[in-house]
Amino acid sequence: MTESIPSHEHDIIVVGGGAAGLRAAIAVAQADPTLDVAIVSKVYPMRSHTVSAEGGAAGVIKANDSFEAHCVDTISGSDWLADQQAVEAFVEEAPQELLQLEHWGCPWSREPDGSIAVRPFGGMKIERTWYAADKTGFHLLHTLFQTSLKFPSIRRYDEWFVTKLLVADGRCCGITALELRTGVMHLLAAKAVIVCTGGAGRIFPFTTNAAIKTGDGMGLAYRAGVPLKDMEFVQYHPTGLPGTGILITEAARGEGGILVNKDGYRYLQDYGLGPAEPWPRLRAMELGPRDKLSQAFIYERQKHRTLDGPHGDYVLLDVRHLGEEKIDQKIPFVRELARRYVGIDPVREAIPVRPVVHYMMGGIHTDLDGATPMAGLYAAGEVACVSINGANRLGSNSLPECLVFGARAGRHAARFVRQHSPGDRATLTTLARDEARRIAERYLSKKGGRERIAGLRTEMQTAMESGAGIFRDDATLRQTCATLADLQGRMGQLRLDDHSRSFNTELTAALELEFMVDIAETVAHSALARTESRGSHQRTDYPRRDDARFLKHTLVYRTDGAPRTDLLAVGITRWPPGERVYGR
Amino acid sequence: MTMPEPTVSLEIFRYQPDGGGPSTFQRYQVPYHEDWVVLDAINYIKDQLDGTLAYRWSCRMGVCGSCGMMINGVPKLSCATFLKEYYPHPIRVEPLANFPIERDLVIVLDDFMKKLSQVQPWIVRAAEPPLSAGEYRQTPEQLDQYKQFSMCLNCMLCYAACPMYGLKPLFLGPAAIALAHRYNLDSRDEGRASRQDVLANEHGVWDCTLVGECTTVCPADVDPAAAIQQIKLSTAVDWIKRALRPGGGA
Repeated sequence: MTESIPSHEHDIIVVGGGAAGLRAAIAVAQADPTLDVAIVSKVYPMRSHTVSAEGGAAGVIKANDSFEAHCVDTISGSDWLADQQAVEAFVEEAPQELLQLEHWGCPWSREPDGSIAVRPFGGMKIERTWYAADKTGFHLLHTLFQTSLKFPSIRRYDEWFVTKLLVADGRCCGITALELRTGVMHLLAAKAVIVCTGGAGRIFPFTTNAAIKTGDGMGLAYRAGVPLKDMEFVQYHPTGLPGTGILITEAARGEGGILVNKDGYRYLQDYGLGPAEPWPRLRAMELGPRDKLSQAFIYERQKHRTLDGPHGDYVLLDVRHLGEEKIDQKIPFVRELARRYVGIDPVREAIPVRPVVHYMMGGIHTDLDGATPMAGLYAAGEVACVSINGANRLGSNSLPECLVFGARAGRHAARFVRQHSPGDRATLTTLARDEARRIAERYLSKKGGRERIAGLRTEMQTAMESGAGIFRDDATLRQTCATLADLQGRMGQLRLDDHSRSFNTELTAALELEFMVDIAETVAHSALARTESRGSHQRTDYPRRDDARFLKHTLVYRTDGAPRTDLLAVGITRWPPGERVYGR
Repeated sequence: MTMPEPTVSLEIFRYQPDGGGPSTFQRYQVPYHEDWVVLDAINYIKDQLDGTLAYRWSCRMGVCGSCGMMINGVPKLSCATFLKEYYPHPIRVEPLANFPIERDLVIVLDDFMKKLSQVQPWIVRAAEPPLSAGEYRQTPEQLDQYKQFSMCLNCMLCYAACPMYGLKPLFLGPAAIALAHRYNLDSRDEGRASRQDVLANEHGVWDCTLVGECTTVCPADVDPAAAIQQIKLSTAVDWIKRALRPGGGA
């Protein structure tokens, strides 16, 4: 791998081909068709994890809704940690982005008069979630991907694995990537790079996330010296299938589903989300925010009111009262998944569910245009932290976030590259050679080593679940940090069975594990530093929100030792911090 | 006395392009669990027994379309196919039929990706109204016209099942045709005429002899055979209309 490195040049490289990446690339093509934009993704774009999003996408379009209301829901849902300038930009632009998808052919579900239909979602005071039955992400992704095919200025590198951001004179000027088919390392130079690789749910053992969600983009930026923001905030979705972690969409509750414990009791009323009746009611009970619902499950377990199954404790999601016709029309995928993976027909039986790691609120620190502190480097979507999600994201805000900030990053990068020349080629070539040599020596030509990928990965996931789960404290977090530090050391002892070139997925799994251990450390250290409880970050040793000290973002930086954390003020415009009130 | 853990045997196709020699089948013995899918068993092999096995997978919930394989000769998503459907018999796993093989269970998708672009799978309009004009009105009935054809995962099971694609690699194939039809049937689209060049030419719908295997194996309940049938019919109607037009005729 130390032979000469094939090289390519583009104006802009987008890393990742999901909703944010595709939208960013199309935005570049729309802004300036003479710009040459490349999408580099470790999977074919239609395999991206956007495909698994189910319930919908929030955008103010109906007459009973307002800009103000969506802002308030999002900001209170974030436990006031969202940047309000970012929320305002997001709420303002989400409807036009969703309309753009409509014009590009997205099969949104409709009202009888042909207008867009919306459904209720958790933590939202007004129903504003656009949906395509319960395969919204699937349709959004395929619409974007198919539409992207009509832009001749978009070039794709499908199944190329990005290993490193190349930085010259403090500017991001390209990437190195492994072409999976041949195993050859390439240098791809660009005047700007937009990272859109999604989340990192696979650092935990039990997650809705696809196998590819290994935090690659966060790791790329972190290793290049760019800070990650608010990494301690990990969203548990309250309704995953036991065992697999497969997501049962919040739309099941949006359409009227209820959560009950082993006594058939709607337990959420005991945790500040009630009263239970009248039902349905927005911003109440089952339509509360995800952080509070997942925490309520843990309290129920402590009271021994959950059920006990082969894959751990669970509660029941009951949609039977909706009836077969409505289930088939509004949430057919829920029925399909429950039947296939737990052998239960939701028309006749309640679905077993438990909280499951779903989403990273944190990510690469960016401004409203997706620009990171490093010139030439942008990020958008789950990989980024703008932040509109703060300490807890509301369901159906993530898909429009990909669209709004993917488009913003694309437009801004298009302006940036007109004023900048390519990086120094000799410098980039040296960096790329070093990276090729690093990977060869560490994995392909190495003799010896005693650790297997699956072993270290499982230890990492177990450490994250036991120490950095729904509830945390100083002692468990310190233990997790220590375990992760030990794993970092043992990564050098990894032994691969596969030393071949073509489609070496053991090699990519090793590179993914490198990113994951880094990202796991940023989560644990950020959680250790935040000695308060806010949104999804619940410290049993510091159970209260502490605005005096922590109405602040956490920034985490890579060092030669443990990650270093810092604080950054939250942007407040019109909505001063208040109490989060649900149910009333 | 404790019972031994039940196991199941997987015979997996192996092929390495860089110096691995000719293709072979390799047998692995893996634990049997009633709730395991074939993909779980393959992941067990990768993690515990043999890190060299190459295959694609991602969502493990039947929606990303990555993990199509021939399982006992039938194209299936390995994340949606349970071991219990075969246990206690051995399970033979091969790459999807009719495709070149990249390595082990990984097939080359280049041909489909090219054909997908050829059918213009996007909304074609003479004039694009501004977003400020709001959404195109599309009633639930109009949505139903094309909805099932929009469910295609691009998982390639239909190409692996199609005997014509095996014989005539230039055939556009079931998924690409179904997606073309999806846009043709969309009330927002005006692109049917421009797609017709690709659909009605010699390697378009007329290559299909209506075996219908594509529809049988589709994991998303798309009916590509119906799409092909409908396009053949509408294409024939076009010809008749042209033939009947004064001064028309072939």
